[in-house]
Amino acid sequence: MTSGGVHSGEAARRRLRKRHAAERRFRLYGLAAIGLALGALVTLLGTVVVRGLPAFFGYEVTLDLHLDAARLDPQGGRRPGDLGRGDYGRVVKDALRALFPEVKGRRERRRLHALVSSGAAFDLRERVLAEPDLVGSTIALAVPLSDDADLFFKGGVDAEAAEADRRLSDAQITWLRALQSEGRVARRFWTRFFRAGDSREPELAGIWGALVGSLWTLGVTLLLSFPLGVAAAVYLEEFAPKGRLTDFIEVNINNLAAVPSIVFGLLGLAVFLNLSGLPRSAPLVGGLVLALMTLPTVIIASRSSIMAVPPGIREAAMGIGASPIQVVGHHVLPLALPGILTGTILGMARALGETAPLLMIGMVAFIVDVPTGPTAPATVLPVQVYLWADSPERAFVAKTSGAILVLLAFLVAMNLAAVLLRSRFERRW
Amino acid sequence: MTFPTPTGGIQVTLRSTPLALIAACTLGFAAPSLARDQLRIVGSSTVFPFATAVAEQFGKTTSFRTPVVESTGSGGGLKLFCAGVGTQHPDITNASRRIKGSEVESCRRNGVTDIVEVKVGFDGIVLANSKKSGRFSLTKEQIFRALAKQVPIDGKLVDNPYRSWDEIDASLPSTRIEVLGPPPTSGTRDAFVELAMEGGATAIAMLADLRKSDKKAFRAVAHGIREDGAYVEAGENDNLIVQKLEANPSALGIFGFSFLDQNADKIQGSVVGGIEPTFENIAAGQYGVSRSLYFYVKKAHVGVVPGIQHYVAEFTSDRAAGEEGYLADKGLIPLPEAERTAVREAARGLELLSLN
Repeated sequence: MTSGGVHSGEAARRRLRKRHAAERRFRLYGLAAIGLALGALVTLLGTVVVRGLPAFFGYEVTLDLHLDAARLDPQGGRRPGDLGRGDYGRVVKDALRALFPEVKGRRERRRLHALVSSGAAFDLRERVLAEPDLVGSTIALAVPLSDDADLFFKGGVDAEAAEADRRLSDAQITWLRALQSEGRVARRFWTRFFRAGDSREPELAGIWGALVGSLWTLGVTLLLSFPLGVAAAVYLEEFAPKGRLTDFIEVNINNLAAVPSIVFGLLGLAVFLNLSGLPRSAPLVGGLVLALMTLPTVIIASRSSIMAVPPGIREAAMGIGASPIQVVGHHVLPLALPGILTGTILGMARALGETAPLLMIGMVAFIVDVPTGPTAPATVLPVQVYLWADSPERAFVAKTSGAILVLLAFLVAMNLAAVLLRSRFERRW
Repeated sequence: MTFPTPTGGIQVTLRSTPLALIAACTLGFAAPSLARDQLRIVGSSTVFPFATAVAEQFGKTTSFRTPVVESTGSGGGLKLFCAGVGTQHPDITNASRRIKGSEVESCRRNGVTDIVEVKVGFDGIVLANSKKSGRFSLTKEQIFRALAKQVPIDGKLVDNPYRSWDEIDASLPSTRIEVLGPPPTSGTRDAFVELAMEGGATAIAMLADLRKSDKKAFRAVAHGIREDGAYVEAGENDNLIVQKLEANPSALGIFGFSFLDQNADKIQGSVVGGIEPTFENIAAGQYGVSRSLYFYVKKAHVGVVPGIQHYVAEFTSDRAAGEEGYLADKGLIPLPEAERTAVREAARGLELLSLN
């Protein structure tokens, strides 16, 4: 007998090499695909982070504000009502003029005033209302610079460019440099970004309003979709008689999960706004619409999680005399809960990122006040991102990316919670 | 995979649960439309940046609450506005075009008979490119020839054959025609087509004749934008177009003047018909591709929803809409002084709209 045969010899070795090469190639394709996806993710996150970080910082200028009683409290009673009507803008302007007495003429003065944010006067007003005794004295107060001046210190203005091509004039840049050399300009962590509502002035705009709106909306969504979804899943999985009707419902639930979200918005407009007369732009309506959207996801996740509980558990419970409700309530649901919660959190994460259905019910709106309840006008985080991305002011580019970072942080936290729940409580059979 | 359900006997007693669930799903919400102490404004995304600036100032400087401003587009806003009288309907709608006769009619049918029109200023639509390449100087006819779906050549309408700008006119650069602009759903696109494209088409003798003989056919030609890749629909986001222009110096972009104003260090506006798109030229009415911006007030709501008159007063004040007002800083081109005063008087007196 020859020692060759089918599995040795030159031809077999060639075949083997070929198969190994094919294997290596296949792994390489896989690696390339993952590399490409990772590259895209890194680029995307990188740009958002690089663009968004400036949103968390800002520049303030310290002004010596003379709180002239004649301007702020002509009546002299220090009553909050009178103090509230004081001309605080003028006090800020006077402080600026005192720093640059050489600036003459209406136009030049306007340019000087434009360096400080219009929010400065409101900051001062708040301070004086809190401490009415300050009137008559001179205080040093750090107030925000305007978006253009802020951008200058962040390196967003090219001082070498022709004057007509910049938002800041030569004189304005000279003033800003003078303020800086006097040590009046300081970089701060911009807490305003996290505690303010929306504004048309980038330096005053914050995400707190949108964040609270998102929380109200998601709260309503969770309150509706979780109990309804779990109850539907339990019934369908444990009690429903198998038949055409159940199959029909099942097919419909699966289909609903794939319906584009704008359709739910249209439904919300027709049913909740036009028919029921609920208020526009309210988190309550937003939550209802998003609950309809998340419901199929919750039902499907809950069903597969209930299905994964082994029949032995049910049979054992029955064996010691538990009623079907007890079987479900004491044994099946607790065991299925980690999976149900994971599915719910993933559904909520999707709801958190939705804007399309909210457009129809008026939540794509400019809302300054932080919402105080489920029926107060509100907007949500992704809508805030969209609105800022559409704003002409250049400083909103950073704010947009900053808001995206906050949204991403939320999503990561939610997904992390889902992963943790699963790894800690899920039981394998 | 399914598991055997518990024995049927006890299950029967639970059969009624789904009914309860379904009932819970379809909970009726019957909230009465309560009185509102906050203005509700809808409408054009072009007017949105200005209306929101006024709303914010209004909220900060008066005792009224800051109005809620929605960006729904001019048409969508008018539809909501005309849906009826009552606090569940908006009080004011913004529009980047004038209200149409058909819309006034639909308003009237729903009981919205008294409408106050307020003209707030102008918006220039610019064609801009990156500063890395030369400034374009175009006529409306050249714009039409570059972007129309069909153009007249030797007395016949043919599919647009132009690939590069110098094929249209030897004075233009020899770069490929590539224009980034808004999609058909945008008000900016409507205005651009109406002002630039139609203006350009009328400048061509053959199409001018067609306009006299067959208005419909003329409109079809003048409003048709080519779909062979030379015109790229870049979405509603004007910031995105500006970024794309920076990355692609040979392309032109179409957007509102405020975006040129904010990005003057990176992009330059093309000269159209010999006029540069500057603040002064648009304000003087010389720049050919500019439109008026409006808002409409529901008079029946005045006195019902507090603050409407004060909001109108704020919007039309010199502090806001004047030549040096804060809206000019945001890129709104103010009305000429005389017209501004007239508009202010009419608006404060809540004079009713009449379409002639």
